Amino acid sequence: MKSRTLKTVLSGVVALVFVFGVAVTAPAAFPEKQINYIICFNPGGQSDVTARVQQKDLAEALGVPVVMQYKVGAGGAVGWTALVRSKRDGYTIAGNNIPHIILQPLMRKNPGYQTDQLVPIYLFETTPIGLAVRNDSPFMTAQDFMDFAEKNKGVITVAGVGTYTGHHITYLQFTDLTGLKLTYIPFTGAAPQVAAFIGGHSTAIFGNSNNLVDHKDKIRVLAMGTEKRFKPFFPDVPTFKELGINMTAGISRGVCAPPDTPADRIAVLEKAFDTVCRGKNFVGKMEEMGFEVNNLGAAEFKAWLDGKKKEYTELLKKLGQIK
Amino acid sequence: MSESIVLALSHLVEIENLILILAGVTGGIVVGALPGLTATMAIALLVPFTFTMNAVNGLITLGAIYCGAIYGGCFSAILIGTPGTPSAIATVFDGYPMARKGEAEQAIVTATGGSVVGGLIGATMLLLLSPLLAKAALKFGPPEYFWMAVFGLTIIATLASKSILKGLIGGAFGLLLSTIGMSPIAGDVRFSFGQPELQGGVELMTALIGFFCIPEILFMVEQRAKMYTLITYKRRKGITSSTLMKVIQKPFLLIRSAVIGAVVGIVPGAGGNIAALVSYNEAVRASNTPDEFGKGHMDGIVASETANNAEVGGSLVPLLTLGIPGAPPAAVLLGALLLQGMRPGAELYTVHAEITYTFLFSLFVANIFLLPVGIYGGRAFSRLVTIVPMKFLAPTVAFLTIIGSYAIRNNIMDVVIMLVCGLFGYIGRKLGFHPGPIVLGLILGKICETGLVQSVLMGKASGSTWMLFFGRPISLVLIFLCLLSALWPFVANALKKRGVLNLDVPEEEGKEEDSELG
Repeated sequence: MKSRTLKTVLSGVVALVFVFGVAVTAPAAFPEKQINYIICFNPGGQSDVTARVQQKDLAEALGVPVVMQYKVGAGGAVGWTALVRSKRDGYTIAGNNIPHIILQPLMRKNPGYQTDQLVPIYLFETTPIGLAVRNDSPFMTAQDFMDFAEKNKGVITVAGVGTYTGHHITYLQFTDLTGLKLTYIPFTGAAPQVAAFIGGHSTAIFGNSNNLVDHKDKIRVLAMGTEKRFKPFFPDVPTFKELGINMTAGISRGVCAPPDTPADRIAVLEKAFDTVCRGKNFVGKMEEMGFEVNNLGAAEFKAWLDGKKKEYTELLKKLGQIK
Repeated sequence: MSESIVLALSHLVEIENLILILAGVTGGIVVGALPGLTATMAIALLVPFTFTMNAVNGLITLGAIYCGAIYGGCFSAILIGTPGTPSAIATVFDGYPMARKGEAEQAIVTATGGSVVGGLIGATMLLLLSPLLAKAALKFGPPEYFWMAVFGLTIIATLASKSILKGLIGGAFGLLLSTIGMSPIAGDVRFSFGQPELQGGVELMTALIGFFCIPEILFMVEQRAKMYTLITYKRRKGITSSTLMKVIQKPFLLIRSAVIGAVVGIVPGAGGNIAALVSYNEAVRASNTPDEFGKGHMDGIVASETANNAEVGGSLVPLLTLGIPGAPPAAVLLGALLLQGMRPGAELYTVHAEITYTFLFSLFVANIFLLPVGIYGGRAFSRLVTIVPMKFLAPTVAFLTIIGSYAIRNNIMDVVIMLVCGLFGYIGRKLGFHPGPIVLGLILGKICETGLVQSVLMGKASGSTWMLFFGRPISLVLIFLCLLSALWPFVANALKKRGVLNLDVPEEEGKEEDSELG
């Protein structure tokens, strides 16, 4: 009886040594099982739609299935909190949205994660934000709009989504750079925001490019937050920069991994995303929907993210929103 | 738009969709027929199973379950004198006596006929009214949403509970729950008690599962010794067609009951039980032989069943257009809609027109399916009422509540919240608080808060906050409705004293809880 136990233990030890020995000498290929792709927003939302476009190509590029996991709530914070608490083996990644992942940790006491804990893998898409009024508005150009705002402080209402979000930071930057006073009305999502704007309940809107494109027969876009003109849809609309307002505005999307994920695994994922996001399928679908394709690898993404974080921190400090 | 209607009709004849509707109706009837399992519960538990379906399949299945469950309540109402769902309460009054007289089959056929007619009229009203209202929904700005939410809250006070005070307390508790998590406007996090998971707030579906399912399970366990005596019946030749003929020969009763049902359905928060009770009451008042009611009168069953199935369509009108559910089961559908990325409002009839119309048309099919399923499957369903032992049912349902609440956001915290809500719901029910007002408070709280803060901001920009709240035409109508519904209990009391109004309905024996909403 006793010797049998000993035998079992011994053979167990031998087996373990063997397994570990192999593991040390020849690291297992990554990935060898399914990748969980956390989506922090509702199914059907933009984050989900972009991820769904990538899903099939990504599975092909990685050679393993990619499964969407929805962890929704608190403007994405619930999902990112779950990510930083998940295993650091590269098998769990999450879509991340900028400026959300910068502003939430800046403005909330305990969002459950910090910006630096979300390790950048790849940045693939930006939804530009534009300033628009309805067709029947007396403001024909951005200049008309600004002239009126100059004389009538706070009278113009601008609809946006949420507070300390992409739209809100656009509003803060716009008013800071122009010195104008507008009234920002936050809505709980793009759908109610657009409905209220189209229904005449706000003067103007800071809207996502895809929403502006959807309603282009009912609205007049005054300025776009893109670097260059938003050619496919609004070739005649100036950018903020052309108007002398030195800012771009948009919501960018990428993917990130939990802190301390091994660098070689990040590299594998980065390469797969690069292949997918330069592919015909992804580029075609994104342009069709009115999004801009970006291709920032892990290092560039990190540098860009740090730059944005600095920019927003300075702005919020200047406005006295944070210390 | 006409194009999407054609597409919608073509989706409807797809065999897959027809099977889903049939399965939904049948499943709904089974759940509805089991005493203790309500329609709200049926939908809440089955929503997670539609996650993997596309929007069309998921929604038509849920719609069919809703129709089936509301109808299914009549089996236990008639055969054991206990409503299978709260909306079948008024069906007991005449259904059970009829069955005791040996006319069980007639009673069930009558209920089936009434349900089909009521369901079809309700669906028609939904089809005609909701696109119009959706267009008008663009005129609803923040102040209108605010007043609409207040209107919904005043309904709590008048309709949702026997005790106004308890209704209000429940509503206030719901409002408090709605403030947990990220604030809808300012984005700051409240009442999360330092838990990052609570930032997301209390998910509606989670709360619904907790408040509506957990107490039922516990009640089931408590009452395990309770034996039901089933009145058995055999299908006899000729009864079905002759009874259906009799039902059809009551056009006034059918139409009146259906309209009452649909209108009560549209009013936020008032569910199928109220629809059925009001309709029953009106049927008694309009009848030449009011004394016959309560003793096994066909008209009583027709009034109740027609109204509660018409309520299904009605309750979806404010849901699809304004995102305010007309009844608790519709609140669950709101969760399902949002999960499919479809936001109530004009967009449902433009961007998502194809899906929306398929869903609307599917309700007609579902109601028509009630007829063969109910009549041919009737005996099987009625056997189920007594055959399924609680010792299997309770754990199964308990298991589903856990799966369901986790599946919505893949968040274990939601399971905890669900259980806490369930516990509160159970204790509350023991003390006479009903889950309806709490859930309504939870839904309306966010709408109310958003509308209020946005309106104040708009008011500041326009120079007069006062005018913004009280100077807009739709707002004025809504304010009038708020006052009307808030003062109604007092008016009703005064009228009752003078004998003008008689809202008393025969007291029901047996199951006294559960009479509100559901």
